[in-house]
Amino acid sequence: MFVAPAFAQESETHSETGVAHEAGGAFPPFDSSTYPSQILWLAITFGLFYLFLQKVVLPRIGGILEVRSDRIAQDLDQAARMKEEADAAVAAYEQELATAKAKANAIGQEARDNAKADAEVERKRVESSLDKKLAEAEARIALIKDAAMSDVGTIAEDTVGAIVQELVGAKVDKSAVSAAVKAARS
Amino acid sequence: MADDPIHQFQISKWIPIEVGGLDFSFTNSSAFMVATVATAGAFLYLTTSSRGLIPSRLQSVSEMSYEFVASMLRDAAGTKGMRFFPLVFSLFMFVLVANMLGMIPYFFTVTSHIIVTFALAMLVIGTVVVYGFWKHGLKFLHLFVPSGVPKAVLPMVVLIELISFLSRPVSLSVRLFANMLAGHITLKVFAGFITSLSALGALGIGGAILPLFMTVALTGLEFLVSFLQAYVFAVLTCMYLNDAVHPSH
Repeated sequence: MFVAPAFAQESETHSETGVAHEAGGAFPPFDSSTYPSQILWLAITFGLFYLFLQKVVLPRIGGILEVRSDRIAQDLDQAARMKEEADAAVAAYEQELATAKAKANAIGQEARDNAKADAEVERKRVESSLDKKLAEAEARIALIKDAAMSDVGTIAEDTVGAIVQELVGAKVDKSAVSAAVKAARS
Repeated sequence: MADDPIHQFQISKWIPIEVGGLDFSFTNSSAFMVATVATAGAFLYLTTSSRGLIPSRLQSVSEMSYEFVASMLRDAAGTKGMRFFPLVFSLFMFVLVANMLGMIPYFFTVTSHIIVTFALAMLVIGTVVVYGFWKHGLKFLHLFVPSGVPKAVLPMVVLIELISFLSRPVSLSVRLFANMLAGHITLKVFAGFITSLSALGALGIGGAILPLFMTVALTGLEFLVSFLQAYVFAVLTCMYLNDAVHPSH
């Protein structure tokens, strides 16, 4: 390298280099007599370091990171799949719920209709029986009224007979009284 | 010697090795390079060994640094630039850990030597140039010829582009080196004030409180700088690599 000639001179002038330089006080970083040794050992150590990192350490760390990112991607995929499954389950549940609701409504409606029909029938039955009772009652009232009316005739005749007897003081002919009552009533 | 703020950058030989007149000794700098690499490598390796799907705290630190650098590179150079990810990640981790280790007292800071940062910068620029020519051939030179520039000023623009390209390794390396060097010298100087002031008796001890606070504050700042410079180095690396991947402006 380019330092070699300079170094050759140096090493000639200071044959016991180390001690001579320390005493001489040359600034160590610029002391070219140490350059070959430093370059050689740097090449050896750095070369080995480079090879070690390239062959062993970096593939290993790269592998670790790759495995981890793969694993994370895989986990994310799995999570997405599970979410899909959960969504499907929720949809199925909603569907089930909707059909169940519809069914419940239908059953309720049917029950309501049945109850309504039953109530209607009952009402009609009750109404007809009431009508019958009403008719009966009306018939009886008419009967009673007729009886009462005929009773009213006899009572009026008796009363008229009594009043006339009181007023006139003589027995009145019964047939004449009933004819007069009949004429007044009609 | 201990008060000398430059002393911490001194390189001392631990195992002398000399080949063909060149000094390749195993030094304290080499030892800390090994320590940096071992610390970073062991941390990344051990924290990820369980391969937890749910990361532990330390594992997530490793993962965060991975994703931090990856997104930085992807933002700057696109997906095509991701082939340089090992390089950028190694550079980032190396510079970061070297800076952080250098913050421990008595530890040597590898990145406080210009030759180290320059070598790393040359590695980046070399990668850019080699990959650029290998992938795009001579079209890589479009990097220096922005489209839509009038013919009259084109030579000037090309010259400026060329200079800015050539100055990249220098700015990249000097930025990191100077930050680490200056930070450590400043820390050492302020810490030195504490000891020299407190040697002056009761008044001196009272006066030493100020540089003590300063040292504490600067230590925090230096940790920030350590991270920031590693980040800046990595970001600029990404941007330069983007030129290699997409040479036409």
